[in-house]
Amino acid sequence: MKKTYKIEVDCANCANKMECAASKVPGVESVTVNFMTQKMNVSFAEGAEPAAVMKEVLKACKKVENDCEIEL
Amino acid sequence: MTRKQKKVLIRICVSASMLIALALLPEDFPRLSFLPEGPLGRLPRLLLYLVPYGIIGYDILRKAFRGILNRQVFDENFLMAVATLGALAIGFLKTGDFVEAVAVMLFYQVGELFQGIAVGRSRKNISALMDIRPDYARLETPEGAEETDPDEVPVGSVILVNPGEKVPIDGVVLEGESSLNTAALTGESIPRDVKPGDEICSGCVNMSGVLRIRTTRVFGESTVSKILELVENASSLKSRSETFISRFARYYTPAVVFGALALALLPPLVRGLFLGLSPEWGEWIYRALTFLVISCPCALVISIPLTFFAGIGGAGKAGILVKGSVWLEELSRTGIVVFDKTGTLTEGVFQVTAVHHSPLSDEDLLEYAALAESSSSHPIAVSIRKACTRPLDLSRVSHVEEISGNGVRVLVDGKEVACGNARLMERLGVPCVECHETGTIVHLAVDGAYAGHIVISDREKPEAKEAVAALKAAGVRRTVMLTGDRDAVARQVAERLELDQVYSDLLPEDKVSMLEELLKSRHPKEVLAFAGDGINDAPVLTRADLGIAMGAMGSDAAIEAADIVLMDDNPLKIAKAIRISRKCMRIVRENIFFALAVKAVCLVLGALGIANMWLAVFADVGVMVLAVLNAIRALFTGK
Repeated sequence: MKKTYKIEVDCANCANKMECAASKVPGVESVTVNFMTQKMNVSFAEGAEPAAVMKEVLKACKKVENDCEIEL
Repeated sequence: MTRKQKKVLIRICVSASMLIALALLPEDFPRLSFLPEGPLGRLPRLLLYLVPYGIIGYDILRKAFRGILNRQVFDENFLMAVATLGALAIGFLKTGDFVEAVAVMLFYQVGELFQGIAVGRSRKNISALMDIRPDYARLETPEGAEETDPDEVPVGSVILVNPGEKVPIDGVVLEGESSLNTAALTGESIPRDVKPGDEICSGCVNMSGVLRIRTTRVFGESTVSKILELVENASSLKSRSETFISRFARYYTPAVVFGALALALLPPLVRGLFLGLSPEWGEWIYRALTFLVISCPCALVISIPLTFFAGIGGAGKAGILVKGSVWLEELSRTGIVVFDKTGTLTEGVFQVTAVHHSPLSDEDLLEYAALAESSSSHPIAVSIRKACTRPLDLSRVSHVEEISGNGVRVLVDGKEVACGNARLMERLGVPCVECHETGTIVHLAVDGAYAGHIVISDREKPEAKEAVAALKAAGVRRTVMLTGDRDAVARQVAERLELDQVYSDLLPEDKVSMLEELLKSRHPKEVLAFAGDGINDAPVLTRADLGIAMGAMGSDAAIEAADIVLMDDNPLKIAKAIRISRKCMRIVRENIFFALAVKAVCLVLGALGIANMWLAVFADVGVMVLAVLNAIRALFTGK
């Protein structure tokens, strides 16, 4: 399953950092962060619960880039 | 400016004015007589300076601290925090100068703010242009038109699109005539006229009349969704430059931290222990801190990904969708471009291109031919009927006799008309004139006398020749055409378009093996790009180093298989895409070189004690701002 989230991130490198961090969260199959459109596209692994996974994703992203925001 | 940025601006102003005020105070201003001379005596002054320092730098300190907690130690926040705190400590213990530390933090924040504003501006620019997502669809229901979520409109329902609105879902026009603005999709602002029966792509803007449309797809499969998906997923594949920079930053920052540590510890130890000089700890620590400020890798880590984002955005604006920054990088190294003929260099539709040797007028001849072929659905017959401008009165036709593989013989107005290939003419004993032009030739005989022939061919696109020339001008070494067409036709097209090589009579599977051959012949650092329209060449698109799909509005297979998608079918866009990628890569190289060169010079100066912290922060912030401005240049793709 694929979902798109609006994000807030200030720099292109931070977007890359978020992408890297989010892709390591269990339940996330693949993720792309687009800095220009300020969107995060997540495709979830089979059977994963998006809401719960996204909570973890947000946590992971906050760790690498404290300023970022994901609209859940 | 966003709220966040305004807040930073206020902090900068407040802290800067406080700093200036404090700097104007006499050297020993808060001189409290009960405190002794030396560090302790400087304490009140330090406390005063800590106020502007805290105002401007609290978030940096917090980020640095969190970074340490999260084991993401070595980033620019950490560098700035250590450098400024260190400078404050030196001021406290030795020199009494606190202005420098606060100023460094201040300038750093000014640079960050400036960078944020510049990036935000250009981002908004791009996202506004790429904003093609329709908010609603006007669904026709028994109770009248109703605004609904485009996602909830089933296939086959009827929607209304008013002037000024976006077409939300792909469909066929039922009623109404209008012109469409396709600029958001193709980057070209030439309006496209539509009438009932025409297919219509979502994402276009309806400009003049109300249209009733029967949807042929659900929203999720419509052009607009496909494009949005592409745009939003771009950059999933990182370019080598980007991975290089992130890897570089991973080693670079720890390296400079340890370098600074060595600079702070080793010289004083050597001086003190072996040379018998005074160790001058303060001086060396100060140099080490300067070293830290200079070495901050912001300019690189910020500007390189930004350049690619801007490059992809700028290309998108021109109707060129790039699936990831790696493809932008590959594109810039294109040395060989291989084209598919039909649909890429030619229109892909058969057309009457000439009428020769006819004693009758061209219209009369075409009318006879069209009447004779009126019952056939062969593409050739269709193109003849299309070329005939007069209305066809089928009652004039009788006694249709198909002669398989040769043509037809019919009676038109009582005259015997034979229409077909040279063999038909031979069979009827009519001497026919051979044609010097390539294409399919249809001969006509009226009442047993030769009446001329019609040439039908696939027309070259008007931009095709210019496109090939533009590729050469953009530095492409070789242009090759692959086609399933006959050799003579292919050769003529290739000659006219000035292509270097042509391979003809290829079946779809031959195209792949031909491409393999070509892949072997390229230079080691060169990229082979294949441009096709995605119709039966998807395997070739995938096999090439770089697949460019043309005219993707509507062709899903091409979008899937290609790395770069041209929204319209104008081959000139290939050269434009290459130019955009070259510009983007040039900016990347400029930034890497410029940033590293300035850093290297300043690092040496800092280590030698020539550069102070002021110069350090100017070097850092200045390089970053220049690099960011340079990166944003990639957005502007020109003509």
